[in-house]
Amino acid sequence: MPEPKVDVTADVGGAPELPSLTPITTVQPVDLVRAEGGVPLTGAAARRGKLGVMGILSISWLVLIVALAVLAPVLPIEDPNKIIASIARQPPGTDGHILGGDVLGRDMLSRLIWGARASLLIGTLSVLLGLVLGGLLGLVAGYFRGRWDNILTGGFDILLSFPQLILALTLVTVFASGAGTTYGVRMSVLILALGVVSIPVLGRITRANTLSWCQREFVLAARALGAKQREIMFKEVLPNVLPAMFSIALLGVAVVIVAEGGLSLLGVGTPLPTPSWGNIIAEGRSELRNAPHIVIEPTIVIFLTVFALNYLGDVVRARFDVRESAL
Amino acid sequence: MRAVLRQAVHLVVVLFCVTLFVALLTSMLPGDPVNAIAGFGTDAQKEQIRDRLGLDDPLPVQYVRWVGDFVRGDLGDYWSVTGARPVMDRVREALPVSLQLMLYAQVLALVVAIPLGVATAYRAGSRFDRASNATAFGMLAIPNFALALVLAYYVGVQAGWLPVSGYVSPSEDLIEHFRRMAMPAIALAVGQIAVYMRLLRSDMIATLQEDFITMAKAKGISPRRVLWRHALRPSSLTLLTVAGLNVGTLIGSTVVVEVIFSLPGLGSLLFEAITARQYIAFQSLVAIIAIGYVLLNFMVDVLYAVLDPRIRHARA
Repeated sequence: MPEPKVDVTADVGGAPELPSLTPITTVQPVDLVRAEGGVPLTGAAARRGKLGVMGILSISWLVLIVALAVLAPVLPIEDPNKIIASIARQPPGTDGHILGGDVLGRDMLSRLIWGARASLLIGTLSVLLGLVLGGLLGLVAGYFRGRWDNILTGGFDILLSFPQLILALTLVTVFASGAGTTYGVRMSVLILALGVVSIPVLGRITRANTLSWCQREFVLAARALGAKQREIMFKEVLPNVLPAMFSIALLGVAVVIVAEGGLSLLGVGTPLPTPSWGNIIAEGRSELRNAPHIVIEPTIVIFLTVFALNYLGDVVRARFDVRESAL
Repeated sequence: MRAVLRQAVHLVVVLFCVTLFVALLTSMLPGDPVNAIAGFGTDAQKEQIRDRLGLDDPLPVQYVRWVGDFVRGDLGDYWSVTGARPVMDRVREALPVSLQLMLYAQVLALVVAIPLGVATAYRAGSRFDRASNATAFGMLAIPNFALALVLAYYVGVQAGWLPVSGYVSPSEDLIEHFRRMAMPAIALAVGQIAVYMRLLRSDMIATLQEDFITMAKAKGISPRRVLWRHALRPSSLTLLTVAGLNVGTLIGSTVVVEVIFSLPGLGSLLFEAITARQYIAFQSLVAIIAIGYVLLNFMVDVLYAVLDPRIRHARA
């Protein structure tokens, strides 16, 4: 995930317009979402929080790749590890292999579909980890404020003070790059490492939103009615904070998929021969000159996926804003 | 001043945590760390490494010794079958390459993004604005390593305009230096351009609605001057902060892009250390990168406090 080490008292993802109780800090608020490149919106439809044509295309694409990834074992495609010597490095269309063959002669279409499993699995599980842990910690920090807030925010700051890809790289290298590393160990460590990296980002967003929602009258009302702290946190505050968390999580999945690709190129991504979009690119790198399609095909797939996730993240955020202003 | 002091305390805490984590990396290795570091060594060599690293000492002792060594520039040795060579030697050669690359990427990104951001803010809603927006959105979705490879193929291999790998130092041949750095810098800059442009655009749109802009326009100052002198100035601070933060992302991307273009920078060195399981070298490199990043962000914060009159005069 990108690293916003900015002041999170900033108005993030359209937190409600209310006088903030936090003191004026030294750093001028910078919109976190903009700062991390989760840009404001493109189309007019998205600006109003509607899906629009792009949104529907984005959802269709994501549904398609998720479906293909889930159904990969029953689809009528080649075994992703079966080597067919005649199609090695051959361009799309050779011998009925629509997307051609890879360096060793494995069917590219099949590898891309099976690769979706690894890439999407890593993307969703690690962001889920960040969402649950970061969300919980952010909620606690924003709700209780005071000492808890200081400790937790300090912790987030420290985690963010590592360049994030380097932190993930370090964790994977130290814990899962030795000689005897099995597939399961490597994958778990990858997911954990990328999850750890997502925690502070999601934690900060949740905290910032919780802070401002906690000032609302309905929270006060709940407290006056004698609701328990836990009830207020999870039933009153959390549902309102969720859309912001969710929109950042969508961006997060995109970032993690790309990060897995980066780690693959450095040799510590999804272990071969299991394909992931990242390690297909990493493998194809050596044959770029003769068989560029091995690199270009997964690049297009990653591009479309990241684009769709970014776009939907924006729509969720805009929609959330609209609801805000209607209040 | 108080702001700076607070930042300094924060810096010390962060530095402590970061170095503690890095210093204890080798003891965190699963199994016997010596086997991981030098599995090929004889028992005598392993004993020597164990001694040299003080792996049997308590953790606080290990930490203090590591910091002492690090500060004195002793980054440990790069072990190989032929013997050991100080990591510092390698770092001295590699660091300038990485710094040059990141500098070029940042400069390129800002040089392209600032005029675009200003122009799109000025003509918000126009066809040009919408086209730039869509392009920026697309640019954000291209992973930089993929862009690097695609560039290498189409510009380097197909068109043959630029060399795809290797490094030439600027003192050796300046033109060749820039020819080699062009593609890596572009691959890194593209994503940043989108971020900066979008940020500047929305920031400037807000600024352009302020009273002092109306005032300047009413005084009959030319639109160009209003845009570039009056409106851009406050946004430059936002840009500065974000540029500082973005270095974190940039560092990660630089590592990958260096490997792709075979530039002998810190990234390639890091990659080499991972591949050869040189954990000591790896540890030192991670430390250099992390500490560099922490210090840079500290400087950005301080600079920010110095530049922004609202902060400079706060609590004065």
